Amino acid sequence: MNEIKCECGHVNPHGTILCESCGRVLEEKEKEKQLVDMRYEGSARRSQTYNKTIIDKIWNFFSSVKVGVWLIIILLVASSLGTIFPQEMYIPPLMPAGEYYQEQYGWLGKLYYDLGFHNLYSSWWYLLLIAALGISLIIASLDRVVPLYRSLTNQRVSRHESFLKRQRMFSVSNADLSGETVDKIKNLLTQKRYKIREENGNILAEKNRFSRWGPYVNHLGLVIFLLGGMLRFVPGMYVDEILWLREGETKAIPGTEGQYYLKNNAFIFEVYDKEKDDEVFQNAIDKVGTVVKNYQTDATLYKKQGDTVPGEKPELEKVRDQSIQVNKPLKIDGFALYQVDYKLDEMNKMAFKLENKKTGDQFGDVAVDLYDPEMNYDLGNGYKVEVMSYFPDFEFNEDGEPATKSRIPNNPAFIFKMFTPDKPEGEISFVAIRQTIEPMGDNDYKMIFNGVETKNVTALTVRKDLTLWLIGLGGLIFMIGVVQGAYWNHRRLWIRRVDSQIWTAAHTNKNWHGLKRELDTIFADSGIKAPEDQLSDDKKE
Amino acid sequence: MVELSSNFLFTAFILYLVGILFFGGAIKDKRHADKKDSPNKWAKIGIVVTIAGFLSQLTFFVLRWIASGHAPVSNLFEFTTFFGMALVGAFIALYFMYKTPLLGLFTLPVAALIIAYGSMFPRDVTPLIPALQSYWLHIHVTTTAIGQAILAVSFAAGLIYLVKSVDQTKKSKSTLWLEVVLFGLISTLGFVFVSSFFAATDYQANFNYVNKEGQPATEKYTIPAVVGPHQFELTDKDRFEPLIETPAIISAKKLNTVIWSLASGIVLYVLLRAILRKRIAAALKPWTKNINLDLVDEIGYRSVLIGFPVFTLGGLIFAMIWAQIAWTRFWGWDPKEVWALITWLFYAAFLHLRLSKGWHGEKSAWLAVIGFIIIMFNLVAVNLVIAGLHSYAGS
Ligand code: HEM
Repeated sequence: MNEIKCECGHVNPHGTILCESCGRVLEEKEKEKQLVDMRYEGSARRSQTYNKTIIDKIWNFFSSVKVGVWLIIILLVASSLGTIFPQEMYIPPLMPAGEYYQEQYGWLGKLYYDLGFHNLYSSWWYLLLIAALGISLIIASLDRVVPLYRSLTNQRVSRHESFLKRQRMFSVSNADLSGETVDKIKNLLTQKRYKIREENGNILAEKNRFSRWGPYVNHLGLVIFLLGGMLRFVPGMYVDEILWLREGETKAIPGTEGQYYLKNNAFIFEVYDKEKDDEVFQNAIDKVGTVVKNYQTDATLYKKQGDTVPGEKPELEKVRDQSIQVNKPLKIDGFALYQVDYKLDEMNKMAFKLENKKTGDQFGDVAVDLYDPEMNYDLGNGYKVEVMSYFPDFEFNEDGEPATKSRIPNNPAFIFKMFTPDKPEGEISFVAIRQTIEPMGDNDYKMIFNGVETKNVTALTVRKDLTLWLIGLGGLIFMIGVVQGAYWNHRRLWIRRVDSQIWTAAHTNKNWHGLKRELDTIFADSGIKAPEDQLSDDKKE
Repeated sequence: MVELSSNFLFTAFILYLVGILFFGGAIKDKRHADKKDSPNKWAKIGIVVTIAGFLSQLTFFVLRWIASGHAPVSNLFEFTTFFGMALVGAFIALYFMYKTPLLGLFTLPVAALIIAYGSMFPRDVTPLIPALQSYWLHIHVTTTAIGQAILAVSFAAGLIYLVKSVDQTKKSKSTLWLEVVLFGLISTLGFVFVSSFFAATDYQANFNYVNKEGQPATEKYTIPAVVGPHQFELTDKDRFEPLIETPAIISAKKLNTVIWSLASGIVLYVLLRAILRKRIAAALKPWTKNINLDLVDEIGYRSVLIGFPVFTLGGLIFAMIWAQIAWTRFWGWDPKEVWALITWLFYAAFLHLRLSKGWHGEKSAWLAVIGFIIIMFNLVAVNLVIAGLHSYAGS
């Protein structure tokens, strides 16, 4: 590789624009400019140096901030498209999504659906955009940080005249630096936390260099964050299950491989009460009617003891009682259980009696557990009821036959066979809510409805997310980097004797106004002119 | 206590208006025009009045917090007025960094407008639904609002920059868009006027209509209905009969409010133009005579630099922490979340363009204006139009 040797003797890597050591301009093109481009200290960046192979080209593409900004803008616009209509996960699951969008939003809705915007944020092209952003972040940062680090750690105190002259802040004073003035200036600079280095009577005062690493630190944070997001797709890192539990019911917590069980002791649903709750809420409650105050599951957590073969009833040991509320999940072993949904007064048991239609005599109690019905009920004295079919969520299907929509007992229906001493071969009766059909002709007996027992049901989301620590770490690093880069500025001041003159030059990566004010106070009565802004003269009126 | 606290809010509002007058006086005071570094007497009184207003609003905030038992940032009224307060706070901080009364002359009207706008929403103390019962919510909301407020100062700075730098002697795209931005502010004022007027006269018109599920429903208008709901039937007598009816999927009441705001904005704007006999921006221009453009540019940039990390912390990081606890996942692509992401991406682009592409001055000022529009869009449109999980029950 052809390195460049500067007049000062320093050997710079190929592609360097400003000598890392003395600051002389090495690149012909740059020599004509009034000011040097200080952005990356004129260091040799790979992307500015090589452009031959395909890898060079890819590298150069992604290292460009222009490309980075375009990616950000495209991502921004794309994201906004997803908010025009609700995403699929937020629409009620009553009908196929396509129909829903068409019905709610007309042809625009249909177009939205057809373009796939109803699931925009998980579409391949959206993910590709994010991936491109991530690659761009990595390459652009690498391209700059290494050479920048080299230049900033190698810089020498005495910079060449051509370098000083072409700084944005620059001044020449016909004055001499007496030891006293130097001490005073140095003193003031130290007070302002500048670090001072001297060489042959020339001075370099520098502070907050660390803020230059801010962007790289924050980009690193973002990359870690994105990696954390990708980690979710690794099996075992992420669990998202739902657990429906009726009051009194105990079930294994899904995702825990049968290690943990949860019992729902009670589900509590509370609304704000005008009388009992704080008076200040009265107006608001009057206006909207009811406002929910609390969703809560009083649960008991159990842990399974020992090994069990499938089918065997596990032995459970109580871990603790806990109330699960919104914003107060139950946590165990990396799992968290969140209160997310509920159903009040869901039918749990249905009771019937067998009745002789003619005499009105009633026999027995048939209490059917709607979740786990028994098939035979012996009522004694030769009376017996058999459940031939059970439809928890009854409907007539397309062929006009009884069927069930789901396994939730929203609308239970039964086909009973009733055995009695006078009808030993049994009579068949179809019983649904508010309707009885006797398919085999008139029966002598019927099943009469004798009440229903209801229970509240709670729904808990079971979540394990082993990616959170990485995501949190990424966020933390991002914050550190962004604060580091935004709340401090890297400032440098060069003072150099050139014959009988004193040259000063200053540079900051941002907040020039602050630098100007600071330097003005430092040079106030020193007899030396503070560096002046070579750019803004023409803008001032 | 709630009523007492409202008095403090009102006092704060008046003090901000008085502050504007003093900052105006500070600029017009010719004797001190050349001494840019030390603010004159007017400016000093202006900042004292502004700080008094800020403290008064802080008192409102604290009292309301005590009265309701939760940080008052849980409905649109509370959040918007808090945002206004944060904007004033951000201005006060930047005033002490840069000593520029002109920034007050532009920031305070925006803040006052935001507070007035927020006060048009129901001011009842609302009980918290379970999802909102978390201190993380309050940390998230206040930090976000403070971040957005600091970012909004760059809007004020951007406006100053544009008013000063855009050439008003000839018509151009810049003069047009600048008028559009100012018209937006004037329409907000129009909305405040219209709402206050009809609230004072207790106007009400009730409608029966058919909603988008095809069910009969009712709607109460508090300003006269120019557009009525789908298949409406006015149930009050002697009320203004709507001129048009909307399809069911459009919220007629909200559309009606927008129409009134724009119409009153147009009236106000035309009136102003007739009085001033030039573009509004041209009329504002002389006020910016003595300000250094570089300085304004820097103030704008600084406020983005300071505001961006605060917004990231509140609007994204705290938001994610809260979402993880309340909604089981730290990110759910809810519209409000997406618009926070958009805001964040936008300001990231702003910083990159500025740092690497050298977008200073006018370009940067326009970006600051657009950024503010995005913030307001998230506050207003996303809450009222694109409802999501976060939407406060506004009407
Ligand atoms: C959402 C994504 C991004 C965020 C939030 C972000 C954030 C930032 C911030 C805050 C700065 C410091 C700016 C300043 O101090 O004014 C910065 C600088 C920078 N960013 Fe990004 N960035 C993002 C994406 C990218 C991408 C995709 C690229 C790729 C080209 C990139 C390249 C750079 C570069 C080259 C710098 C300047 C470093 C310097 O000049 O010292 N950024 N970024």
